[in-house]
Amino acid sequence: MNGMWLHRKIEENTGLLIFGILFVSAIGGLVQLLPILEQDSLETAAGNTRPYSAIELTGRDIYIREGCSVCHSQQIRPLIAEVERYGPYSRAGEFVYDRPFLWGSKRTGPDLHRIGGKYTDDWHRIHLLDPRAVVPGSIMPAYPWLARREASAAGDITAKMRGLRRLGHPYTDAEIAGAEAELEDLLEIDALIAYLQMLGTGLGGEDGQ
Amino acid sequence: MEAVSNKVYHDTVVIRLIQFSVIWALLAMLGGVWLAAELIWPGLDFGQYWLSFGRLRPLHTNGVIFGFGVSALMATAFYSVQRTSHVPLFLPRLAWFCCYAWQLVVLLGGLSLLAGYNTSKEYAELEWPFDIAIAIVWVCFGVVFFGTIAMRRIRPIYISNWFYGALIIVIAMLHIVNSLALPVSPTQSYSLFAGAQDAIVQWWYGHNAVGFLLTGGFLGMLYYFLPKHAGRPIWSYRLSVLAFWAFVYSYIWAGPHHLHYNSVPEWVQSLGMVMSVVLLAPSWATMVNGIMTVSTAWEKLRTDPALKFIVLSLAFYGLATFEGPMMSIRSVNVVSHFTDWTIGHVHSGALGWNAMITYGTFYFMAPRLVGGELYSSRLANLHFWLALAGTMLYIVAMWAAGVSQGLLWLSVDDIGELSFDFKDIMASMVPYYLLRLVAGLIFLAGTFLMAYNLYMTVRGRPARRAVPPAVAPAFGVSR
Repeated sequence: MNGMWLHRKIEENTGLLIFGILFVSAIGGLVQLLPILEQDSLETAAGNTRPYSAIELTGRDIYIREGCSVCHSQQIRPLIAEVERYGPYSRAGEFVYDRPFLWGSKRTGPDLHRIGGKYTDDWHRIHLLDPRAVVPGSIMPAYPWLARREASAAGDITAKMRGLRRLGHPYTDAEIAGAEAELEDLLEIDALIAYLQMLGTGLGGEDGQ
Repeated sequence: MEAVSNKVYHDTVVIRLIQFSVIWALLAMLGGVWLAAELIWPGLDFGQYWLSFGRLRPLHTNGVIFGFGVSALMATAFYSVQRTSHVPLFLPRLAWFCCYAWQLVVLLGGLSLLAGYNTSKEYAELEWPFDIAIAIVWVCFGVVFFGTIAMRRIRPIYISNWFYGALIIVIAMLHIVNSLALPVSPTQSYSLFAGAQDAIVQWWYGHNAVGFLLTGGFLGMLYYFLPKHAGRPIWSYRLSVLAFWAFVYSYIWAGPHHLHYNSVPEWVQSLGMVMSVVLLAPSWATMVNGIMTVSTAWEKLRTDPALKFIVLSLAFYGLATFEGPMMSIRSVNVVSHFTDWTIGHVHSGALGWNAMITYGTFYFMAPRLVGGELYSSRLANLHFWLALAGTMLYIVAMWAAGVSQGLLWLSVDDIGELSFDFKDIMASMVPYYLLRLVAGLIFLAGTFLMAYNLYMTVRGRPARRAVPPAVAPAFGVSR
């Protein structure tokens, strides 16, 4: 068979084999990734979606650090039950300032994409420190250390915002210069709550909440 | 031919890698059991940040995949590439560097995850300094591996090496692209991609880390150790060629099935789904090839625990590669996505396929590496039944949990109101989670038995001096 003759060439030549694997395995990725990375609509902010403030960004990084996305998705699928349970379904344009994306792959706890504004700050504070005090039967861990650490200790906020600006997030010089002052006297738990409270509020317009 | 037989295979590094692999298996699975317990008794983190579920969970997955899995793949790749090339390892010192540098990356990386340095991208959680270290060690692994093949004394490159080769090349490609990020401090970076685009890149990586590491790499193990062990050549060479290229081509497309109904364009979801279903063909072609290879050696199954593990792993491979394409169909995925069904699917692959074939291979290699007998076949047999029981119990518990979650979450009554509260569904999971904890403990107990058995087998014995056999002139290469 002709094909087998060709293959005998490949399997007797290390270079050809390496090249063959690289070439054949790259096709699918190129076909899927290139159009997606070139699609402007996926980079266009929806509604009044805006970059995270210094406090929210700090909160988001704490959310990542504690691995919240291991148990909570941030992605409401366009299904009746999901929209009823969580709110308007998620749009790509709401995530343009999400580096990395935090959609998650598992809902051990509920989805959090539209959690913003659903509960009071005090509810979140109690819930994060003692989840079963407000949700009996919850299996969420408590995060007592968040109430002990200064928000400003969770990484250099100026460097973070500068970095994100280089990646295209429209922070002004004034926002970056004032970032450290914003975090003053705040604890990590305050920053995390600020992040949770703005989650999913970027849609605006008639689809908004 | 005389010059060849003066050279001795480098097997001490193989033994060391097996030892590290077993240690990671114990630690990472212990972590898994602890996590399973935390989902029932959330107070088990004792208020310690480093024991918190969200930090421990990436340690569990990274420990299993990169500690246990990759160490086992390096060990078996080094073992089999020498024997299929009839030459000792190319640059053995670099092989030793790979061995220790990799363990250091996994150890420090694991600690960094507990410290909270986490990118949150699944199976790529380690921060940028580790990403660079991984890339360096990986390239060295490739140099040793392909260098050995380039020096080979036998003309054809045996099929197991294609799979190990695909593992090395494709994982390098995926790792580099998915890790592209802008560092803002030594412990933190922001992804170069944002939102929906980041999601597509991440699952292109995430699915194919499963594809080329946990499937492709371990298929390399299968193609060398199964025929070797059964004492039969691969049933159909032609089928293995076909299955290999079909596998390399089609796996890479399947990533978007992790994003069904998510905020990504529908064409990419559909494409991911179709290619995931297509993937069933090469996956099962390999399974059929493996089953047919042992089909004339069934009697060995009665006496040989190592072969039992490998054959059973093939069955779980068939199960998981059937379940995967089914779960990637949108109308099934709508139920399974975000539920414990996914966790069950992952474990039918990780426990049933990856761990079992590795266990079988270790039981096969350890006595041969030191030129002795396995310390206890009875313990290995007991381990086999513990591993099977643990895996089955795990999968069944997670199927039940996952399907109930999926259906109950989506359930609405006559007037379109939600039937169940999220809290109540979550609270009803306790029995399944208890069952899963028991399953994990059983599987872990088996792994402990193996660790003891292998330790007693190799204890105090140096690697046997194995020399390459002569190559039939028809296949030889004169160098």
